[in-house]
Amino acid sequence: MARTISFKDAINEALDQEMTRDKSVIVMGEDSIGGTGSPGEDDAWGGPMGVTKGLYGKHGNQIMDTPLSESAYIGAAIGAAACGMRPVAEMMFVDFMGVCFDQIYNQAAKFKYMFGGKAETPVVIRTMVGAGINAAAQHSQMLTGIFTHIPGLKVVCPSNPYDAKGLLIQSIRDNDPVIFCEHKSLYGVEGEVSEESYVIPFAEANVMRDGGDVTIVAYGMMVGKAMDAAETLAKEGVECDVIDLRTLSPIDMETVIESVENTGRLVVVDESNPRCSIATDVSAQVAQQAFKSLKAQIEMVTAPHTPVPFTTTLEKLYIPSAEQVVVAVRKTLN
Amino acid sequence: MKQNLIPILMPKWGLTMEEGQVTEWLVKEGSKISMGDEIIEVETDKIAGVVEAVDVGLLRRCIAETGKTYPVKSLLGVLADSSVLDSEIETFIEAYEIPDSGDEDAEESGPQYLYTEVDGLRVRYADRGSGDSVVLLLHGFGGDLDNWLFNLDTLAEKHRVLALDLPGHGESGKSIPDPSLSGMARFVNKFLEIVGVPSAHIVGHSMGGAIAMQLATERPESVDSLGLICSSGLGPEINSDYLQGFVDAQSRRELKPVLQQLFADESLVNRKLVDDVLKYKRLDGVDAVLRTLSATLLSGTQTILSDKTIDSGKPILVIWGEKDCIIPVAYAQKLADSGNSSVEVEIFDSAGHMVQMEKANDVNRRLLKFFG
Repeated sequence: MARTISFKDAINEALDQEMTRDKSVIVMGEDSIGGTGSPGEDDAWGGPMGVTKGLYGKHGNQIMDTPLSESAYIGAAIGAAACGMRPVAEMMFVDFMGVCFDQIYNQAAKFKYMFGGKAETPVVIRTMVGAGINAAAQHSQMLTGIFTHIPGLKVVCPSNPYDAKGLLIQSIRDNDPVIFCEHKSLYGVEGEVSEESYVIPFAEANVMRDGGDVTIVAYGMMVGKAMDAAETLAKEGVECDVIDLRTLSPIDMETVIESVENTGRLVVVDESNPRCSIATDVSAQVAQQAFKSLKAQIEMVTAPHTPVPFTTTLEKLYIPSAEQVVVAVRKTLN
Repeated sequence: MKQNLIPILMPKWGLTMEEGQVTEWLVKEGSKISMGDEIIEVETDKIAGVVEAVDVGLLRRCIAETGKTYPVKSLLGVLADSSVLDSEIETFIEAYEIPDSGDEDAEESGPQYLYTEVDGLRVRYADRGSGDSVVLLLHGFGGDLDNWLFNLDTLAEKHRVLALDLPGHGESGKSIPDPSLSGMARFVNKFLEIVGVPSAHIVGHSMGGAIAMQLATERPESVDSLGLICSSGLGPEINSDYLQGFVDAQSRRELKPVLQQLFADESLVNRKLVDDVLKYKRLDGVDAVLRTLSATLLSGTQTILSDKTIDSGKPILVIWGEKDCIIPVAYAQKLADSGNSSVEVEIFDSAGHMVQMEKANDVNRRLLKFFG
């Protein structure tokens, strides 16, 4: 039965159902168990944002508290995956990947290739991405491009609760390492989610809106901004296709190309910094594969090439807005 | 004054419909309207349908503009006879307010969906209307009770109408205790026992029709009459490409052309419809259910249930879409030609396999006449 639940609860439900279905699914992270028995708490904290709250009580043998050491526990999760478990490790902020990146890009991503295809590494690293809560430069980045660059990693970034649940279940069942990016500003967003388990396959973009005039490509938090922009533009008589990439590696370029071949106009929206990002990647691929269809130059709406500012006013300016998307779409029409 | 003014309202088809887009006025302002005339075409996020006149009069005002979207129960037009003054109509239109959303309705008619358990399996069903005469609607392979969204409420005006999600379908449990037709028929019979219905008019679409016939032969006491809509089990042929395509489709791109085979008007298969089916197909357990059932259906093509069913002497109404690409309309024609007095046959043109959706108003009328 479908009911309306939050993005956060959708992730919790996916973990709960997969831990029930398969005992080799384990959850590891900071404060996964922490807080248990503290005054006023009848449960573990369930991680810094409480996403895994309630799981410890139900799956005590499949959940593990880790020290504040990403290099240790991300490495341990990857090792456990190589040994037959299906760990879901929670890396509090993606910004901390710096200390455990060797384990991710030079170990997990390489095992299958270096061991003759015999080694599987079914690990999921759930991590918070994005700006918007005054968490400053070291806790607010959108580093999707870095992971997408590495062959052997799969990169997922859902925009709504339904997708979050289906993509996380798919990530857990997938035999390759998956970086599952959860935008911290989306946790409270609600949407219709089936209470049964389901999967959404990778490399299937979701066409959120059919328009025909201009193609807007986005993912994660930016999908909402793109939809807002499309709504505004529709009132001016400009109808946009809005495509939610959902997974960045593998990526569904077929859907993007198909849309651009029809509209001839492309705006890519990405909360990352502008260089070597999903926006540049999508733009390059469209320029290569659908150049003849383009009627205008490709527009990118991204964060500026600066660290994420702490100050509220500056942070607001930093994050791409629906208004910027509207302006970019109009530019493609001039 | 008010009873002379008949409002034409945006209908509510199914639980989720909140608004509809007016795609075409089928009659001109000033035309004389008879009961049942098709007045206006409406498209929802699920499917398009036609609003029919529920009263007689002159179409005095077309209010809704083509291409515009209106909330459910919005005033789209006004019927009135010629004695009503223009000023009265204006006053009526100005004073019209959309009644407060569904809450009151929900209280009046009870919740749209109910749940029970049959053989340990969760079953979602709808139970609308009231009365001693009960109609049970059985959807087809891969469908769910929302396949009856244009039929449920209309039939419920005269009868108590039940519709369930068959095992493995819709929001019922995703397994099938016994995938044989006989097993499915027994499941349906148990469902009727659980909801306290001794017998019903069983209306089955496609695979649901075969289940209905199986029920009529195994448990004749549970069956008052049979409505068979584009039913399997009347002959050996079934579009196996469709069945296999439906089972195998993994993406929108693959599923859309498969679903288009169900309708005479392919444009009815919009993104929402494809998405809803895809969401269903992606639920855990569904793939296995569909593979098992399609095997049953394909092997069951040798089993022709109609002869036995006709021998049972139950009143039978066979309804078909002339352009059905899944099961040949020839089976309906053959029954019509046989001249058997217990079998009535109705074939609707420009409709495909989903005739109960594409020609909902006609099918509803025909069923109501048949139930008597």
